[in-house]
Amino acid sequence: MTKGQAISLQKSDGGSLTSVRMGLGWQAAPRRGLFGSRTREIDLDASAVLFADKQPVDVVFFRHLVSDDGSVRHTGDNLVGGVGQGGDDESILVDLQRVPVHIDQIVFTVNSFTGQTFQEVQNAFCRLVDETNGQELARYTLAGGGPVTAQIMAKVHRAGQGWSMTALGTPANGRTFQDLMPAILPVL
Amino acid sequence: MTAELVRGQNHPLSRTRLEIRVSAGTPVVAGATVGDENGRVPGIDGVAHPGTPSMPGLEVSRQAAAGHRLAVDLDALPDTVHRVSVLLALPDAGGPARFGAVAAPFVAVTGLDGTEIASYTLTGLESETAVVAVELYRRQGAWKVRAVGQGYAGGLAELLADQGLAEAHRLAGNIQEAVAGGLARSVAAPPPRTDDTDRSRRPVAPGPDHGATAPRPAADPVPQPPLGAGPADPPTTAGPSTTAGPPTLPSADGPVDYRHPRRQHAAPPAPPPAAPPSAPGEPARPVAGDATGWSMDERLYNQVWGMFEDLARSVAAYRSAVDFAESRREKEVDQALSDPRNRIGGGSDAARDAARARHAQLVAQAREVLDRDVTQLAAEADVVEPALPAAYARWDNPVWHAYRVPMEIPMALRLGDLHLPEADGVSIPMLVRLPLERGLWIDSGRSGAFDDTFADPRQRAHLAVETAVAHAARMLAVYPPGEFTVHVVDAAGAGASALAPLADHDVLAAPPARGAAGTAESLTRLTQRVDLVQMALRGGAPDALPPGFDTSQQLLIVNDFPHGFDDRAVNQLRYLADEGPSVGVHLMMVADREESAAYGPLLDPLWRSLLRLTPVPDDHLADPWVGHAWTYDPAVVPPGSRVLHDVLARVAAARRGDGR
Repeated sequence: MTKGQAISLQKSDGGSLTSVRMGLGWQAAPRRGLFGSRTREIDLDASAVLFADKQPVDVVFFRHLVSDDGSVRHTGDNLVGGVGQGGDDESILVDLQRVPVHIDQIVFTVNSFTGQTFQEVQNAFCRLVDETNGQELARYTLAGGGPVTAQIMAKVHRAGQGWSMTALGTPANGRTFQDLMPAILPVL
Repeated sequence: MTAELVRGQNHPLSRTRLEIRVSAGTPVVAGATVGDENGRVPGIDGVAHPGTPSMPGLEVSRQAAAGHRLAVDLDALPDTVHRVSVLLALPDAGGPARFGAVAAPFVAVTGLDGTEIASYTLTGLESETAVVAVELYRRQGAWKVRAVGQGYAGGLAELLADQGLAEAHRLAGNIQEAVAGGLARSVAAPPPRTDDTDRSRRPVAPGPDHGATAPRPAADPVPQPPLGAGPADPPTTAGPSTTAGPPTLPSADGPVDYRHPRRQHAAPPAPPPAAPPSAPGEPARPVAGDATGWSMDERLYNQVWGMFEDLARSVAAYRSAVDFAESRREKEVDQALSDPRNRIGGGSDAARDAARARHAQLVAQAREVLDRDVTQLAAEADVVEPALPAAYARWDNPVWHAYRVPMEIPMALRLGDLHLPEADGVSIPMLVRLPLERGLWIDSGRSGAFDDTFADPRQRAHLAVETAVAHAARMLAVYPPGEFTVHVVDAAGAGASALAPLADHDVLAAPPARGAAGTAESLTRLTQRVDLVQMALRGGAPDALPPGFDTSQQLLIVNDFPHGFDDRAVNQLRYLADEGPSVGVHLMMVADREESAAYGPLLDPLWRSLLRLTPVPDDHLADPWVGHAWTYDPAVVPPGSRVLHDVLARVAAARRGDGR
């Protein structure tokens, strides 16, 4: 899907999506030349911010792994990325049935905690997966992106009785999600 | 697909990194020899045994044990090796003298992920004391496993000699010596116990544990070699789930199943019970024990903690939604009032009504979601509560009427119930891990907990001591006889009537200590005990404690603090609170904090180190996830019930039988 496109998470058979997962994977860029085996560690972080009527209510990131209501869970911080296997190094699981009634938008972001821009990261991607059937809803390749350290990836928001998802892919700069707040507010 | 081999049968091995699992009804020595294409072992270098447990591509355990895991990497073996024989032998030191006297050993070849490739039960052994169980051999570049089952009445020496080892006798002697050394090392000071050994010794290990808030598996899933002297089966044997029966247990009588015999249906057997399929559109019906764990007790414990967390989070979602709805309503009403266009006419009223309607709608939605969750949790509590073992059960649970003295320390203990005002229908059992990680403080003060119905301080104190007695009696009841000792300090004798159940049934170590002298003596004895055990542990010599040393857990109930305490006794008390839990000495203070106000901030750390409980419902306990204030309801005996006396009578009888 392309930037700004919204897809409904309502299934065609009328049932709605119950659980989505944001996956983030990357690989540290190796140095060239002598001592090339010494890689520089790159720490990317996935976060999810829960909004009620454009007010941030809760956030799930590496220092707060489970939202207070238990609906959004981060599976744990990964400080160095994967070995390039293409798997997710950090995941955030959202149980949409348990999201509190006043939460109407959940925004997913990626930040480079160690400060490298996405140009320096290899095989970095983030994706949104329908956990019920493993289908990929959206995928971004971060690696080779612009000289930015963060991306506002997508938002999942209430639509009627169910939820839908809008891919954002907005580049931004910041070390943690707090730095992104000014950039997030316009996309709500 | 596992190939169950019979003697002589072979089976191809598709993998080269293997584990060979051995289980036997008694501790056995496991070893391996490697041979050339003629089957000859080149020398003592070709034998992996407890004395030299590893060689390239092969590793065996250092000790005799009822369960072994031998690691084999066929690729890492030298090219000259064409055969690996796995041998079992009975240790010379103690134990049965022939394989015919024990259950048939079982050997399985598995992949590293635990999938069985081939297995073999060594039946038909008689007077043999050593046996070649299986051999792995290279045939035309591929490895195979063959069930051998060749026994030797002459023991290891004969077995090794048969493989062409000249030094067979000397080596066999060395192996037995190494095993005897290992056995001596692994028997610690307390009497050997069954599979709960690991858990029951945990408090003795230096360093704090995870804390009561972190539920986690009770025991290591993989038997560790240092425990090898005992049976090394996974700790499932105690649970109701065991289907194989207890032949591998060393204790003569086996574990006592102290659950109610007619409640079997509530405790389904292993594997963990899964919720039955539900009708579409309905939530699954809850089942007791629907959680992970090695035994039913552990599953129930994890299930209770899962319910605790779910309720905490559901209520957090509800409270957050209500807060948001209220703040939004305030904002909208303010806006309506400040809008100059609304000053004239009924515009502001309409806006205010709209804001209120939006608030009511959101709160109703949130309530609906919460009610859905609470209904589900209440249904789960309804099936879980009757299935709980005595240690987790309320005093009015019928399981207490069928109480029998347990053989094992349970995982956890129920101190009471927890509930939240939004979810009246659900109360969560408050389970804390045993052995206790913190002391307990039964607050007899009037701060918050008591309303005017308990204005009389003597009445408050009496109730507090009664609560303490109920907790202490429960601990005495759920520990095996002789594993838990209760001391009481009641300097002024103020708690005598409430303490009567403990004193009358003679389950205390000594009559309640009276006066300053008695207090000092009790504290000094326990302080010395803490010093002694700590010294032994720090010196790395836990088996150096004096013979006859009482290794049970100790609980000191202090009533009416600080009556009878001088400065020295107060210091000793603080020392016990800080250092005691890690060496199995616990405090239970029944006290009103204000009465010791004269000590100033000196005692603040003491109160902080204790878990505060109240004799009446009080909302002072926070959950570890979102920090709600939960109302704690102490686990007290229903009025008029004889259950406490009946249980204590059985405890007392069992203790007398234990030689006390």
